Amino acid sequence: MSVILGQTFTGISIGAVLLLIALGLSLTFGQMNVINMAHGEFIMAGAYTTYVLQKSISDAGISLLVALPVAFCVSGVLGALLERLLIRRLYLRPLDTLLVTWGVSLMLQQLARDIFGAPNVQTRAPDWLTGHITLVGGDDPLTVADNRLFILGLAVAAVAALSLTLRLTPLGRRIRAVVQNRDLAEVSGISTSRVDRTAFFLGSGLAGVAGVALTLVGPIGPTMGTNIIIDAFLVIVVGGIGQLKGSVMVAFALGVLQSVLEYSTTVSVAKVLVLVAIVAFLQWRPQGLYTLRTRSLV
Amino acid sequence: MNALKGRAARAWYGFAAGAVLLFAVAPAALSDFRLGLFAKYLCMAMVAVGICLAWGRGGLLTLGQGVFFGLGGYAMAMHLKLADAGPGNLPDFMQLYGTATELPWWWRPFANPAVALAATVLLPVAVAALLGLLVFRRRVKGAYFAILGQALAAAFAIWLVGQQATTGGTNGLTDIQGFFGYDLHDPVNQRMVYFVIAAVLLLVVLLARQLIHSRYGELLVAVRDAEERVRFLGYNPANVKLVAYVVAAGTAGLAGALFVPAVGIISPALVGIVPSIEFVIGAAVGGRASLAGAVLGAVAVAWARTALSEEFPAAWTYFQGLLFVVALAFLPGGLASLPAVVRRRRAAAPVAVGEAA
Repeated sequence: MSVILGQTFTGISIGAVLLLIALGLSLTFGQMNVINMAHGEFIMAGAYTTYVLQKSISDAGISLLVALPVAFCVSGVLGALLERLLIRRLYLRPLDTLLVTWGVSLMLQQLARDIFGAPNVQTRAPDWLTGHITLVGGDDPLTVADNRLFILGLAVAAVAALSLTLRLTPLGRRIRAVVQNRDLAEVSGISTSRVDRTAFFLGSGLAGVAGVALTLVGPIGPTMGTNIIIDAFLVIVVGGIGQLKGSVMVAFALGVLQSVLEYSTTVSVAKVLVLVAIVAFLQWRPQGLYTLRTRSLV
Repeated sequence: MNALKGRAARAWYGFAAGAVLLFAVAPAALSDFRLGLFAKYLCMAMVAVGICLAWGRGGLLTLGQGVFFGLGGYAMAMHLKLADAGPGNLPDFMQLYGTATELPWWWRPFANPAVALAATVLLPVAVAALLGLLVFRRRVKGAYFAILGQALAAAFAIWLVGQQATTGGTNGLTDIQGFFGYDLHDPVNQRMVYFVIAAVLLLVVLLARQLIHSRYGELLVAVRDAEERVRFLGYNPANVKLVAYVVAAGTAGLAGALFVPAVGIISPALVGIVPSIEFVIGAAVGGRASLAGAVLGAVAVAWARTALSEEFPAAWTYFQGLLFVVALAFLPGGLASLPAVVRRRRAAAPVAVGEAA
C-alpha cells in the first residue's frame, strides 16, 4: 500500500515540475499557436539566474526567494525579445517557428556554455528545504521531501496566479479574447500585437520560475532545458490548447503514470510506454482533453 | 508544353551532372579519408530526399527521422556484428557485459543476410505505417504531429541506452569489421561502399522525382496547401500523407543501413532528438520543396559541420543556430528559391529606382 502511495507522491512531484513548465507553454502555444523550442533555454536562464544570485547572496534561503521574481523577469524579457525580433515575423508559419526557435535555443545553449562552462553546476538548497515530512509513521514510513513540497506549492501558486490573472484582470480578458478569436479581438480595438508580447513575457517568465524550481532537484547545465521540454510539450498536446485545466490534469496524470511505470518496469521502458499511452489517448481525443469549440475546419 | 519539356530536360542535365560528379570527379579528386566522409554526407542527403517529399511536398514536419535512420542502421549493424562474430558466437559487446549467455530472440533473425537487408527498409516502413495510420486518421496534424515525432525520437534513444546488454547502450554497435564478407579496413572496399551509397542515392532521387511528378505528387501538394478541399473532392488526405511519411521512413532506414558500413558505428547519439532535427536543417537550407535543393543542402550542411567543428567547435553551434534562423525566417524556400527571389527583386527594382529619382 505504501509503495503505491509513495509512487503516487513521486509522480505528483514530477507532475508539479512538468506543470510549471507547461503553464508557460500553454500561454505561448495557446496565444499564438507558436511552438517555442527556446522555452527550455528560458528554464535554463532561470536556473542560472538562481546560481548567480546564490554566488552574490551567500544565504541560500534569501537568494532562492529573490531568485523567483528575478528569474521571472530575466526569462520574461528574453521571451519578449524573441517574440519581437523573430516570432512576430513568422506568425502565419507555425512549423517554421518551431525550427527557428530551435536554432535560437542552440545559440542560447552555446552562450551558456561559453559563460558558465560546459560542466553542470549545482546550487545549495536552503536549510529549511533539506528535511522531510513524515506522512505515515510506523515500520513502513512514508515521507515527502521538503523541496518536493516546495515545488508542489510553487506550481499550485503559479496556477492560481495565472488563472486569476486570466479570469479577473483586463489583461486576462484581452488574452482570452485573442485566443478565442484573433480577428474579432482586433476589430474590437484590442492591440493583438501588444497582447502577444505580454503573453510571451508572462509565459517565458513562468519558464524562469520553473528553472528556479529545477535547481532544487537537479544540476544546472546548458542542455537541461532540452531534456525536459518534450515532456512539457506532450502535456500541452494531450491537455489541449488554451485551457489551463487540461494542462493541470494531464501534467499530474503523466507524472503519476511515469513514476508508476518506472517502478514496475525500468525508466527507459516507462518512457516508451508513456508515449504509447499518449498516442492511444489521441485516438480517442485527437484535439486533447479539453478543446475550444469552434466552427473552423482547421 | 515547351516549358515543361525544358524543365524535364534541365532536370536530366542536372541528374547527369550529379552522376558524373559522384562517380568520376569525387573518387578521383578526394583522398580515401575524405571520400569516406563524403559517403557519410551522401547518407544524410538520402534522408533529406525523404524529408523533401514528406515536409517540402506534403507539409509533414518529420522530426523523428532519426528513429527510422536508427532502425535501418541497427538492423544492418546487428547483422554485421553477428557476421563478424561468426556463427554460434555472441557479438563482442555482449561477451564484455557478460549478462547474456545466449543470443536474445529478436537478434536471431538478423543472422540471415536477406532478412537483415529487408528489415533495414521494412522495419522503419512498418513503424511509420502504424504510427501514421493512427495519427493521420484522427487528423492529428501540424505542430502536434511534429511534437509526436520528436517524442518518438526521444523515447527510442532513451530505450536504446536503457537496454545496454542487448543494444550496446550509449556506445551503440561499434567497431564493425566486415561488410558481407569484405574487410572494411581495406581502402578498396571502403571505396566500393562509397560507390554503393552513391548509386543508391541516385536511384532514390530518381524514384522520388517520379513520385513528385506523378498524379500522386500533385495530390500531395494539394493536401499540404488545402487539406479540406482535397477531402471535399473525395480523396482521403490521411492515405495521401501516409504514403509520403512511409516513403520518407523507408528512405531514412536505407540511409541508416548504408551509414553503418561507411562509418562503422551506429549509436543512440545518431537517432535522438538532435540528429533528427539536424536531418531537417539540411533540407531547409537547400530548399525543402526542391529535390536538388534538399540533397545539395544536406551535403553542404554536413560538410560545413565537419569543416567548422574540426577547427572551432563552439563556433559551429552558433553557426548552426544562425542557419536555422536565417534559412527559415528569411529564406523559407531555401537556397533553391534564391534565383526566383532575385528575379522578383530585379523585376521590382525599376520602381524603387524611379522613386529614388
